[in-house]
Amino acid sequence: LTMANPLRAEVVRLYKNLLHLGREYPKGGDYFRDRLRAAFTKNKGVREPQQIRALIGRGEHVSRELEALYYLRKYRAMKKRYYEEIKNKTSRPS
Amino acid sequence: MSGRVLVGVKRVIDYAVKIRVKPDNSGVVTDGVKHSMNPFCEIAVEEAVKMKEKKLIKEVVAVSCGPQQAQETIRTALAMGADRGIHVEVTGKDYDMLGPLQVSKIMAALAKKEDAQLIILGKQAIDGDCNQTGQMTAALLDWPQGTFASEVSLEGDTVKVVREIDGGLETIKINTPAVLTADLRLNTPRYATLPNIMKAKKKKIAKVKPADLGLDMTSRLEVLRVDEPPQRLAGVKVETVDDLVAKLKETGRL
Repeated sequence: LTMANPLRAEVVRLYKNLLHLGREYPKGGDYFRDRLRAAFTKNKGVREPQQIRALIGRGEHVSRELEALYYLRKYRAMKKRYYEEIKNKTSRPS
Repeated sequence: MSGRVLVGVKRVIDYAVKIRVKPDNSGVVTDGVKHSMNPFCEIAVEEAVKMKEKKLIKEVVAVSCGPQQAQETIRTALAMGADRGIHVEVTGKDYDMLGPLQVSKIMAALAKKEDAQLIILGKQAIDGDCNQTGQMTAALLDWPQGTFASEVSLEGDTVKVVREIDGGLETIKINTPAVLTADLRLNTPRYATLPNIMKAKKKKIAKVKPADLGLDMTSRLEVLRVDEPPQRLAGVKVETVDDLVAKLKETGRL
């Protein structure tokens, strides 16, 4: 019980960060939030600190994946709009 | 050199939003529509913050012009690592007609006031698509400019800029102080995560009016009309090759 407590703050922090990141999720913030809640609820019984740390690591991995997703979407959209016609390159978007 | 970099950031309709023209064709619908920082401005902020992290410069100041909501965009820049912000308050008709000429006058005035070593802007905004503000700012200050930058190296009192131009890349070396505009491949902007947004709440945003800088925001332009691009006509399917030939002849293509 006291073993899990220092990690509790980390888990809560992870949850809040993922929730914030999820607002921009392509399928909608609500969709993301529901699945985020389900994923955390599924593991709420875990007590072993090693296991908790592993799950936190997984959550952090998801955060990085989301950031990469958002960046790639934006980059590809900008590339498509502004750089597709290299031979007719002007500053006007296509 | 002051080691201070001014970065202009613009609040625009989010790049992923489907734009709708107002029924009276006076502009686009902005009420209740998601807004965010112009993608090229994000790249500009990232470049300035990277320079600071490499200890090449000392302070990054984020500037945005507009109504109260412009502060949200400054907050994002602060979350990305800018040190402080300047919100130049422009509202109403002045804001509707705010364009590169007015913004460049503001940036030039602030650059002098803040003793900036560099001004970094996005090459263009995804709403106006003017690609003029950086160039005009440099002209007003009589500073060199490195536009469409895909690579920037600060070397003492000079900057080496690799520019994306038609047909390839051009490398130039210019003296500071200078104006740079960021192109898509300059860097990969970091995401403004929640912990960084929280930390950035302590950072200050100063508010100033154009009149305080002795500037007149009157526009010399008037928007007459805004229209959607022409709709792409749906394709027509035919059953046989004969039908195809007949259709092509019909539309004068054969």
